[in-house]
Amino acid sequence: MIQMLEELKPMLAKYKGERGVLIPVLQDIQEKYKYIPPDSVAVISKELRIPVTKINGVITFYAQFRSEPVGKYIVRICNGTACFVNNSESISDTLKEALKIDVDETTEDKLFTLEKVACLGCCSLAPVIMINDKVFGKLDSTKVKKIIEKYKKEQPDE
Amino acid sequence: MNNIKRIKVGMASCGLAAGAQEIYDILSADLGDKLEGTGCIGMCFREPLIEIEFTDGRNLTIGDVDPERARLLAEKLTTEIPEEWIIYDTASKEFAKQPYFSKQHKIALRNSGIINPESIEEYLEKDGYEGLKKALKMPGDDLCQLILDSGLRGRGGAGFPTGLKWKFARRSQNDQKYIICNADEGDPGAFMDRSLLEGDPHAVLEGMVIGGCAIGATMGYIYVRAEYPLAIERLEKALIQAREKCFIGKNIFGSSFDFDLEIKKGAGAFVCGEETALMHSIEGDRGMPTLKPPFPAESGLWGKPSNINNVETLANIPWIVFYGADKYAAIGTEDSKGTKVFALTGKVKYSGTVEVPMGSTLREIIFDISGGIKNDKQFKAVQIGGPSGGCLPESLLDTVVEYKALNATGAIMGSGGMVVMDEETCMVDVAKYFLNFTVEESCGKCTFCRIGTRRMYEILDRISRGEGKMSDLDELEKLGHQVKNGSLCGLGQTAPNPVITSLKYFRDEYVAHIEGKKCPAGVCKELILFTIDEEKCTGCTLCARNCPVDAISGEVKKLHLIDQEACIKCGKCYDVCRFDAVIKE
Ligand SMILES: Cc1cc2nc3c(=O)[nH]c(=O)nc-3n(C[C@H](O)[C@H](O)[C@H](O)COP(=O)(O)O)c2cc1C
Ligand code: SF4
Ligand code: SF4
Ligand code: SF4
Ligand code: FES
Ligand code: FES
Repeated sequence: MIQMLEELKPMLAKYKGERGVLIPVLQDIQEKYKYIPPDSVAVISKELRIPVTKINGVITFYAQFRSEPVGKYIVRICNGTACFVNNSESISDTLKEALKIDVDETTEDKLFTLEKVACLGCCSLAPVIMINDKVFGKLDSTKVKKIIEKYKKEQPDE
Repeated sequence: MNNIKRIKVGMASCGLAAGAQEIYDILSADLGDKLEGTGCIGMCFREPLIEIEFTDGRNLTIGDVDPERARLLAEKLTTEIPEEWIIYDTASKEFAKQPYFSKQHKIALRNSGIINPESIEEYLEKDGYEGLKKALKMPGDDLCQLILDSGLRGRGGAGFPTGLKWKFARRSQNDQKYIICNADEGDPGAFMDRSLLEGDPHAVLEGMVIGGCAIGATMGYIYVRAEYPLAIERLEKALIQAREKCFIGKNIFGSSFDFDLEIKKGAGAFVCGEETALMHSIEGDRGMPTLKPPFPAESGLWGKPSNINNVETLANIPWIVFYGADKYAAIGTEDSKGTKVFALTGKVKYSGTVEVPMGSTLREIIFDISGGIKNDKQFKAVQIGGPSGGCLPESLLDTVVEYKALNATGAIMGSGGMVVMDEETCMVDVAKYFLNFTVEESCGKCTFCRIGTRRMYEILDRISRGEGKMSDLDELEKLGHQVKNGSLCGLGQTAPNPVITSLKYFRDEYVAHIEGKKCPAGVCKELILFTIDEEKCTGCTLCARNCPVDAISGEVKKLHLIDQEACIKCGKCYDVCRFDAVIKE
């Protein structure tokens, strides 16, 4: 908690006294830790005088915020309409099989987290997945397996 | 080389996903200052795309540019470019007749794929910020009237006359008013607004400043989906440039008008596209819709009068102000004026963005402009308007694109997503997909939206497993009407549309699932059976080697057999067999 306070203080300073800041604050924190550490909630509450219940309410409402730590690579499967009619279901099955985890889970080696999203806006390349900030399109099961193998082997820095 | 004026690489999200950055880097080694990045060129299905502009005005569009092609191109530019690389050549005789060009009319997308979206100079060359200059000299009432006269209606879905909305906001007296751009684009399978923001961010900014000027707002917010990082980046750059040139800030164009803008990132909730929810989200709260009235024009963001418009609506504004309301109103039909951008995806040949005059038919958009169905399959339906819209059959393809005619079908104009489906798409499955989306995205405030949609989903799920009853169909209709009438916001009010329209136009398919226990499209797993044809199987073993659960047995060169108990209906055997020996029914 004290350590968290030290870490977050500079980040929170610019938001003090401003209104409507809770979402940007949480986005900054998630950018830094890739999830919202439970300790950070108390810090935000104290520093910005926002009730803990309200912060938790916002975290649970928005799909973007995670309350659990994630792997090095966040694999997001597009489940938008265009991907759906182009068989994103089988991409999803292949990924679950290759990583041996379900959606919203993280592999034991903390390398991959699997998530589902509604449309990445590259629908013309459907089916699409995104690994961290990189988009892969026009996929089939074979290509997906290759991409995952490559990440496993090379473990590029993002 | 000397006859080349410019080379543009399509660098919108989908281009980058297809590898445009690498292409750009390869070409930049040889072409240097003639090379430029641009936004969505529209032919997203052939990404990465490049366009070569020659000094004599000829334009060549080249598709599927992989690194190999890029390297060859860099060498070949002086000589000839292989025919099969070329998608369009303005110098060819057929060019003018290509429906892809002749049937489109670009106003909102006027600069997308043409200018470098990161350069304000290029926007200025295209009469950028001239509309604003003109607007600043007009009384606010006249400006609202001009937009009203143009006939422009909101492109975010509801189609409310923009000029009228502006008049309401203008009439509200307050020391602070806001103008908000809705760039939440939550409809899964639609990317018109992304293309616009990435391809021509200044058009949207200019539209907002003009809007501010018209209603008397001095502050604006753009609420963008967090899933659109590139759109956010380009908006941020554009904002800095516009500030430097004093198009945003204090005393714009030397007038007494001040206006500032802030970009807000969404956090992944579809319902935040609804206007009241969006404002709560900007305020830092859970994005739950609230009852109207009060309308945003009276009491919106932080209780102040606010006007909210969609990205495409705003991108049209500078054009209308600059060229005049008459010019805009001359395009389209009695009911709907101007143009509409659509994002075509699914089983259509040329997926991408198109902009057509109102009054075009669905057939023209899907078949003439977008090339019809991929792999010469049969057209089955087009889904318009996303989770709030409907699925329309072949018999309605001659429906014209306008608010009135589309509403009459049970679908809606929506924001512009068109997902095309072929014979291999199951309509029950699609209806189930949309209901699942609504169930997940409902904010939970209204009982009918929260529980009614879940009940509908369960019924559809049952039908897709072959456990449905004919009475379920009536039940679906009944629940649909209850959800429509018992919901507070547009999400719940329109959520049953995909089910209701598919029941109306594709009832046979529901009946086949219920009475025949068959999925005609071969999609619903519980209702399909994979077997091997004794006559055709050569015993090549390929299927057995590909089956993920080892459900296939058989010796080399002997007939193979599928163990139905073990089979998980993944369809791999069906896909891999080279002798058409696997039967799907
Ligand atoms: C659930 C729901 C989601 C919506 N999503 C969007 C959206 O993503 N983008 C948008 O412009 N409008 C969306 N709308 C419509 C807005 O509430 C609003 O009508 C629109 O932004 C007004 O702008 P316009 O008049 O320019 O169309 C949505 C409405 C509902 C009910
Ligand atoms: S209709 Fe649905 S999404 Fe809209 S307010 Fe009610 S529960 Fe929330
Ligand atoms: S792949 Fe086809 S031909 Fe080969 S064993 Fe399987 S069913 Fe027979
Ligand atoms: S459908 Fe899939 S699981 Fe069933 S036999 Fe074929 S490959 Fe095996
Ligand atoms: S539906 Fe998958 S990227 Fe849009
Ligand atoms: S051409 Fe790529 S986004 Fe449209």
